Amino acid sequence: MIKVSNLVKAFGPKLAVNDVSFTVERGEVLGFLGPNGAGKSTTMRMITGFIPPTAGRVAVGGHDLAEHPIPAKRLLGYLPENAPAYTDMTVHGFLTFVAELRGLRGGARKKAVYRAIEMCFLDAVVHQSVDTLSKGYRHRTCFAQSILHDPPVLILDEPTDGLDPNQKHEVRTLIRRMGQNKVIVFSTHILEEVDAACTRAIIIDRGKIVANGTPQELRQRSELAGAVALRVVGVPSATLTQKLRELPTVKRTLVLSEEPNATQVRVYPPSRLRDGELSASLFELALREHWKLSELKTEEGRLDEVFRSITLPDTTRGAKDDARPHER
Amino acid sequence: MPDPMSAETQLQSAPAAATLAVPAAAEGEHTHALANIWTITKRELTGYFASPVAYVFIVIFLLLSGFFTFNVGRFFLRGEASLASFFLWHPWLYLFLVPAVGMRLWSEERRLGTIELLLTLPVTAWQAIVGKFMASWIFLGLALALTFPLVFTVAYLGDPDMGMIFCGYLGSFLMAGAYLSIGSMTSAMTRNQVVSFIISVVACLVLIMAGWPPITDELTWAPPWLVETVAAFSVMPHFEGFQRGVIDSRDVFYFLAVIVFSLFTTGVILRGHRAG
Ligand SMILES: Nc1ncnc2c1ncn2[C@@H]1O[C@H](COP(=O)(O)OP(=O)(O)O)[C@@H](O)[C@H]1O
Ligand SMILES: [Mg+2]
Repeated sequence: MIKVSNLVKAFGPKLAVNDVSFTVERGEVLGFLGPNGAGKSTTMRMITGFIPPTAGRVAVGGHDLAEHPIPAKRLLGYLPENAPAYTDMTVHGFLTFVAELRGLRGGARKKAVYRAIEMCFLDAVVHQSVDTLSKGYRHRTCFAQSILHDPPVLILDEPTDGLDPNQKHEVRTLIRRMGQNKVIVFSTHILEEVDAACTRAIIIDRGKIVANGTPQELRQRSELAGAVALRVVGVPSATLTQKLRELPTVKRTLVLSEEPNATQVRVYPPSRLRDGELSASLFELALREHWKLSELKTEEGRLDEVFRSITLPDTTRGAKDDARPHER
Repeated sequence: MPDPMSAETQLQSAPAAATLAVPAAAEGEHTHALANIWTITKRELTGYFASPVAYVFIVIFLLLSGFFTFNVGRFFLRGEASLASFFLWHPWLYLFLVPAVGMRLWSEERRLGTIELLLTLPVTAWQAIVGKFMASWIFLGLALALTFPLVFTVAYLGDPDMGMIFCGYLGSFLMAGAYLSIGSMTSAMTRNQVVSFIISVVACLVLIMAGWPPITDELTWAPPWLVETVAAFSVMPHFEGFQRGVIDSRDVFYFLAVIVFSLFTTGVILRGHRAG
């Protein structure tokens, strides 16, 4: 439905987007992740036809944005960053204006405006002027504008930015629900949103795609994925880590906490080990040594860790590792 | 016209095809263009009258027209039933008032970021440019039309040449459009309305001066052909005919050409900004 091929955008000598390619199909909710200035908004502006790419192509529903922008734009709903809206209009006037430009007339227009107002919980401010709205309401007004024509493709640039936790939750629910029969691409730098709403995530850093997969797959890339945390009662941590490191299934250990009579350690397997192999060997060791194992948990990868490790320059990554406490 | 809603619904249930059918087929493209322009014009006009600025502008316009006509133009001392003293001042009156209307056209869109909304809707840039321009032109036309009591006054005082008055209004309206289109162009250059206003006043001033006799008469050092060529680009000689009650197609063409050129340039500037 969306096909982005070798997209490049240069602002002067700076490459804001550098050779980005991906496709999104119906039913997918694609999360576009990246630190500030990564090029998320720039990519979305090219997908929606607001700015022309320096090189590369974008097609929406088979319509090339450069050659046939109007048919492509008809398929799109777009929520730009910072949710702009005409401040001299009322919410209703604004939505009616956009509906009219979407080619909706008469009863169809009324129905569409009413539906969008309802979906975005705007009933309380329908006849209020946009410049008197709180940030959350203004944001949802602009959101409402993007779904007026029930578009098959939705591009949302930071749709939960500036909303309170309840509103954030509502918007995520809305995205997930609409994502069942639409293509949705939304950008964020909040990682929980990937789990909360996405079927797939792309991580972009300094204009380049650095990861592309389901949230599950991305988590697998975490160092933490497959590591096991265990809590042992009554063994000094030095003995514990020494014994643990003698195991062939253990590559590294990290003491998480030392209580008076219990120690919590995380052990990392060497590169890829079969699922459960590490925990099985840990059980065996505990039995052999008569350790009192009070807790054993296989870690799932953590997205924030993946995110940090692949969007930071290598030098910073090294420094951060050194600063870790209790690393043995 | 096909119902866009039902077309959307079809589109939702269709299997993933290579190219999606788009609601609203190409046959209605022209009516679409006009409908889009009109929708944008309507929105802009509503926007003008939603704020007190529009009413303040109209009052200032009427007061200044009255002041120039009666005090500076000595309407009553002329002893003739015509609006010559009214139209005479329009190039100067517009010099400040029209850029004040035009300055917000695109700078406001850029400041608010709504330009990103507008240009990602299924409208072309030229539809948006024309739509916004038309709104401001209609607004000025309205302000101009509100000077109608003057027409009644001269009709009451004497026996004016109504054709001449009509020509004056037509020329004045065209000139306002030319100034406005320049305002559209300068407002596309910057998101700062004050900067847009100043550039626009300077540009309009150049258009006046280039063919204003007190200036051109001083240019004795320049070859006459050069002075005449430059003067041909000025609004003054082209507005003069209208004041005398003559509609010359070349004068009409001049104003329309300025408008088309400036609006085209507006498009080029906007495209340049988007390209980065
Ligand atoms: N119009 C522009 N002119 C110059 N540089 C720009 C422009 N828009 C974006 N950039 C630069 O491109 C980079 C990517 O920006 P952006 O796409 O907004 O990032 P993100 O949305 O991921 O935070 C940033 O370094 C930004 O400064
Ligand atoms: Mg951004």
